[in-house]
Amino acid sequence: MECVFGLVGDGFALIAADSSAVHSILVHKSNEDKVMILDSHKLLGASGEGGDRVQFTEYIQKNVHLYQFRNGIPLTTAAAANFTRGELAIALRKNPYLVNILLAGYDKDIGPSLYYIDYIATLHKIEKGAFGYGSYFSLSMMDRHYHSGMSLEEAIDLVDKCIMEIRSRLVVAPPNFVIKIVDKDGAREYAWRESVKDAGIAPA
Amino acid sequence: MSRRYDSRTTIFSPEGRLYQVEYAMEAIGNAGSAIGILANDGVVLVGEKKVTSKLLQTSKSTEKMYKIDDHLACAVAGIMSDANILINTARVQAQRYTFAYQEPMPVEQLVQSLCDTKQGYTQFGGLRPFGVSFLFAGWDKNFGFQLYMSDPSGNYGGWKAAAIGANNQAAQSMLKQDYKEDITREEAVALALKVLSKTMDSTSLTAEKLELAEIFLLPSGEVKYQVCSPESLSKLLVKSGVTQPTPDSS
Repeated sequence: MECVFGLVGDGFALIAADSSAVHSILVHKSNEDKVMILDSHKLLGASGEGGDRVQFTEYIQKNVHLYQFRNGIPLTTAAAANFTRGELAIALRKNPYLVNILLAGYDKDIGPSLYYIDYIATLHKIEKGAFGYGSYFSLSMMDRHYHSGMSLEEAIDLVDKCIMEIRSRLVVAPPNFVIKIVDKDGAREYAWRESVKDAGIAPA
Repeated sequence: MSRRYDSRTTIFSPEGRLYQVEYAMEAIGNAGSAIGILANDGVVLVGEKKVTSKLLQTSKSTEKMYKIDDHLACAVAGIMSDANILINTARVQAQRYTFAYQEPMPVEQLVQSLCDTKQGYTQFGGLRPFGVSFLFAGWDKNFGFQLYMSDPSGNYGGWKAAAIGANNQAAQSMLKQDYKEDITREEAVALALKVLSKTMDSTSLTAEKLELAEIFLLPSGEVKYQVCSPESLSKLLVKSGVTQPTPDSS
């Protein structure tokens, strides 16, 4: 039931993901951040099996940081995507990670880019993409409304349309979403879309 | 006194020296020299060939210059068999990087990786160090054209002009005097040939005793590694005034 989707706009790329942490029929929490900030100019949105998601994405994040410490220069988005795909490919025939990833980044010379990496180490460079049951709805909405070079306002409007579709049409729809963007000024959280706030501690 | 401390590479002498590493550098001091110069539009590598017999098949293979990857090449000085092992290691490391990242390996990272290998042989395993010094020349999009020199200890440095092999001290001081900051590739070739002619033992420089290679960018943006043909090399030698032109037979 996890939904992750993303798109490339004019000078930026964004990733939206649901924020439910679910185990069987129980929702542990509904403000789980599934879009990791990989480095100053990269985002990693991931959906998948319980421990694998955090384990694998943190492993990638630390390796990306290690490269930068060792070599004094950051990895390009393409290099990070290929590295990630390679790690999934190596693990695939031993003990696969059941994690699907959308990697968004901004490089000074190329601009924004988005990569689709699924759990069997498929890699595609894309303009828009999605994972999970929500993808049936978000991909259709994006197919209808997306065009290249969208402004941030247009893109956020499209993201909201997608979230609305998911909320109204998916049987066990996640209530809350996080949206993060990456552009020349770096990778950062843009907004949350909450329809259910986690209840605070009840007063005694 | 020092004999007690030179049989194993993994031991320091009381004065804090690693004798095996120093002996390796001695071996290189007897080998054919090589010079590298960093120009603003490329890198030039020139090497002195020690083996010059008419019987030698020299059509395609080179003695001093080797291509590591499409954007990286090196000149060697020292024990050739040791050099071959390290060159192969470097080639594998470069391809392994490209396999993981789908991008060419940055030059300094390749040099560092190879030097890490060399360092291993000075610290553990009980094996002797590699008797080779390298001049690495390459281009990457982070730092453009670069020249690095490394020795058997595994130390390396980035240089504007460097010399290895026989008479490298003399060559290095000559380069220091004559190198200028915005040197072009053409000027660098002339300078390298001039310096080599002065430091080489032989009386006259001919194209058979030399190897010249250049790394530069094509108009398309691709990196090109080019070994000079013997014919063009002879012409260059005449042009730079290093050899007299052969008299026309009347």
